[in-house]
Amino acid sequence: MPKQSSKKTEKSAEELTYEEALAELEEIVSALEGEQNQLEEAIKLFERGQALAARCSVLLEAAELKVRQVAGDEVIPFEELSE
Amino acid sequence: MQPTLFSTQQWTVSKLTFYIRKLLEENEVLQDVWVQGEISNLSRPASGHVYFTLKDASAALKCVMWKTSAARLGIALQDGMEVEVHGRIGVYEVSGQYQLYADQIRPVGEGALYQEFMRLKAMLEAEGLFAPERKRPIPMFPQTIGIVTSATGAALRDMLNTLRRRLPLVQVILAPAPVQGVEAPPALAKAIQSLNLQSPDVILLARGGGSIEDLWAFNDERVVRAVAASRAPVICGVGHETDFTLCDFAADVRAPTPTAAAELATQITLLDLRAGLQNYRTRLLTTTLNLLAELKNSLASLASQLRYVSPDRRIQSERQRVDELARRAHASLFHRIQLQSMHVKGMERRLASLNPLAVLARGYAVVTRKDDGSVVARVKQASDEMKVRVSDGEFEVRKSKK
Repeated sequence: MPKQSSKKTEKSAEELTYEEALAELEEIVSALEGEQNQLEEAIKLFERGQALAARCSVLLEAAELKVRQVAGDEVIPFEELSE
Repeated sequence: MQPTLFSTQQWTVSKLTFYIRKLLEENEVLQDVWVQGEISNLSRPASGHVYFTLKDASAALKCVMWKTSAARLGIALQDGMEVEVHGRIGVYEVSGQYQLYADQIRPVGEGALYQEFMRLKAMLEAEGLFAPERKRPIPMFPQTIGIVTSATGAALRDMLNTLRRRLPLVQVILAPAPVQGVEAPPALAKAIQSLNLQSPDVILLARGGGSIEDLWAFNDERVVRAVAASRAPVICGVGHETDFTLCDFAADVRAPTPTAAAELATQITLLDLRAGLQNYRTRLLTTTLNLLAELKNSLASLASQLRYVSPDRRIQSERQRVDELARRAHASLFHRIQLQSMHVKGMERRLASLNPLAVLARGYAVVTRKDDGSVVARVKQASDEMKVRVSDGEFEVRKSKK
């Protein structure tokens, strides 16, 4: 079932946000678990899944809380008072 | 009235005191009272419990406040202070004293605030602003969290630290507003509204602990209405565990403190995400390995099927057939040869019986010319020298004169 690769214009895992990568990883895992896959397709899914998992992991470990603030009609970066 | 000398009921001091105690303590009015008066005889022994007498122009009431309640007091008690005390009436049997077991004390005047609080609460409740069916669930995994609080307060620092620790993936949008004073209510209401324009997944409305006046902005009708009108669900974390504000009632979720509000907004934490990711990784690997094993298995079974239908086997069986045929061919040939040879022998015998030479034995002879070997059957065929063949040999003869 080659629907995976044809369904979306496949972005490189490095370009995805955490939510995108996780959603696609979820999809791939259930596709692998649910369907009878051709070997070649399965290997492709597996490799893609690994890349996505790695991407998620990097994003998780590198995540830094982004804080902005509303100022009038704008949203500007917020500088925390550090002491 | 004469005392009844022979009463049916025999009282002891203990029994009677216990009876009075029951009378007082089963009275609902006496179990939930606010009493106004002036503090006197205040004493605070090492036990931490607080003892005082509440008095007005014509009466006095003994009061006790246990250590746990005293620790939560927002004000410093002093003799001569005019206060309102909440508690229940009980009896201390050892000294036969009824007294007020106090759990809250507030300065006189706060009663008015309390009245206002109750009036507003009843009104907004009647409007349905606090109805349970209005409460929305907090998203499990928010991407954007809005915060309405003072930009300089400890509450903000606590919440940011909590978010940073639990789920640093989230984006925070702060709508700063003063959280006390006359300008606080309109500013808080405005902050909630402008934050909603950024469509956060959830809004934290928070303030650190303080006196009841400090928290009063969160009982303001404008703020409460802004909370109720917020499109994003609101978690309200104002003051401490014991403080309730009208915003708490209007919010989708009440948190006891700002930190708790940040925790309730991040039900899924970094740890959960890590564990979830590991789970996906494992499933990815197992399913792929399973698939490979499955393919390998079916390959092996196909290979053995292939061996079964291999031409090798046919060749072997054909070879056997050829052998068999050859054997049968050989057998039938041999049979024919035997037949033939018997036939030949018979012919030989018949031939032998027909042998012209056999006549010789009966005394006939065959004469042949010596020159060309032809048989002499007539006289004119005779030559000068001839051979005569008899049964056991031959001899030469010469023709004599005729």
